Amino acid sequence: MTNNVEKVLAGDVRTVARLIRDIDDRVPEVRETLKALYAHTGHAYVVGVTGAPGVGKSTLVDQMVAHLRKAVKTVGVLAVDPTSPFTGGAILGDRIRMQRHSLDEGVYIRSLATRGHFGGLTQSTRSAIDVLDAMGKDYILVETVGVGQDEVDVVKSAQTTIIVVIPGMGDDIQAIKAGILEVGDIFVINKADREGADKTLNELRQMIDMGQQKFREGKWIPPILKVEAVFDRGVAELLEAIEKHRAYLMESGGDQHLLRRTLRIREELAEMIKNRLVQEVLDQLIEGGEFERAVEAVLAGETDPYTASDNLVFSKLGRKK
Amino acid sequence: MVKERKLRVMVAKPGLDGHDRGARIIARAFRDAGFEVVYTGLHQTPESIVQAAIQEDVDMLGMSSLAGAHMYLFPEVVRLLREKGVEDIVVCGGGIIPDEDIQRLKEAGIAEIFTPGSKLDDIVKWVREHVKPRKA
Repeated sequence: MTNNVEKVLAGDVRTVARLIRDIDDRVPEVRETLKALYAHTGHAYVVGVTGAPGVGKSTLVDQMVAHLRKAVKTVGVLAVDPTSPFTGGAILGDRIRMQRHSLDEGVYIRSLATRGHFGGLTQSTRSAIDVLDAMGKDYILVETVGVGQDEVDVVKSAQTTIIVVIPGMGDDIQAIKAGILEVGDIFVINKADREGADKTLNELRQMIDMGQQKFREGKWIPPILKVEAVFDRGVAELLEAIEKHRAYLMESGGDQHLLRRTLRIREELAEMIKNRLVQEVLDQLIEGGEFERAVEAVLAGETDPYTASDNLVFSKLGRKK
Repeated sequence: MVKERKLRVMVAKPGLDGHDRGARIIARAFRDAGFEVVYTGLHQTPESIVQAAIQEDVDMLGMSSLAGAHMYLFPEVVRLLREKGVEDIVVCGGGIIPDEDIQRLKEAGIAEIFTPGSKLDDIVKWVREHVKPRKA
């Protein structure tokens, strides 16, 4: 374990790759490694990139990596793709757009599948962020499809969140999971050479301004940038916008930064407690056979699932309602 | 809690040929078999494939070649993996590969070769039997 910690801190790719695999497969021993690594996190700047399928997130991330490398920054990329709920398999294809960076030792790219176990994505992605942070990456780009609550939670743990749309999405922007428009720090209209880019820009501006009054007290006004990622147009401006947002978080003594950190820690801790509790209690109930007995009791009409779950939970927590 | 190791595989297209229909179909079949499949896209060098396989920590690497360069590309990937001390990624290949090449490829460390006519079910079955997810 100590050996692993040292290797991660030294930036050893194989150890990092194996560790992220273990995190994903929920190997219990990784907790100790993560505990030891945590003290070495906090250096990386985390940027979340989200949007509907097909808007060009991977291509955009690829160009962002190229720009960051020109600025001599090291980069970690976590690209999340959905697991098929029917087979449990997944095709992880984000890498296709980024393979040109695979020989660059300053870049580590990792594909992750959502896997679909509750809270799993958020927690394992956060742990993977910690690992890349500890290995010394300056920037960590997290790419997710912005359709599920888990994905929204992931981008929320970024310091700067970029939401990518394309022209003509218009009303479809509404289809972006409610609550995600509010977490966008920067908006990108990709494929901006297509018809309707200005219309989309106006619609976005209106929607953001409406949200502004309610949620933001007029502090950071999210810029909306027109980008053509394939041709590397507008990407330099996007990176400038990220730096501006970073400076904003740090100004006035880093109040905003502290606020975000507190929020992240709060959510992270609550989720870990939740997962841990469920795991412990459910394991015990299954091992002790109470779980199956309750299933049969409900099946036989002897009780209802509400009463059964109350009884089971409180039997483990040692108190009555 | 019962820990389930998921099989992670990579499908790669080394070299210059631009035909990835077969690779995509294989990727899809692997996904439907419940594997996590990383696809690299076209025109990969042996070096970029090896780096990607290491970064993704896959259990198996499958390469497709239809342009006749397999006698260089496949063994080169195995050589680079060994050079980096990687012994636990099963490498196999597929595509238009003459019978007389197969034995030599196997001697070079390619675990299995699938040629046109191989059934998807048989390939998946072979992977299930010969590739095991990493031990904890």
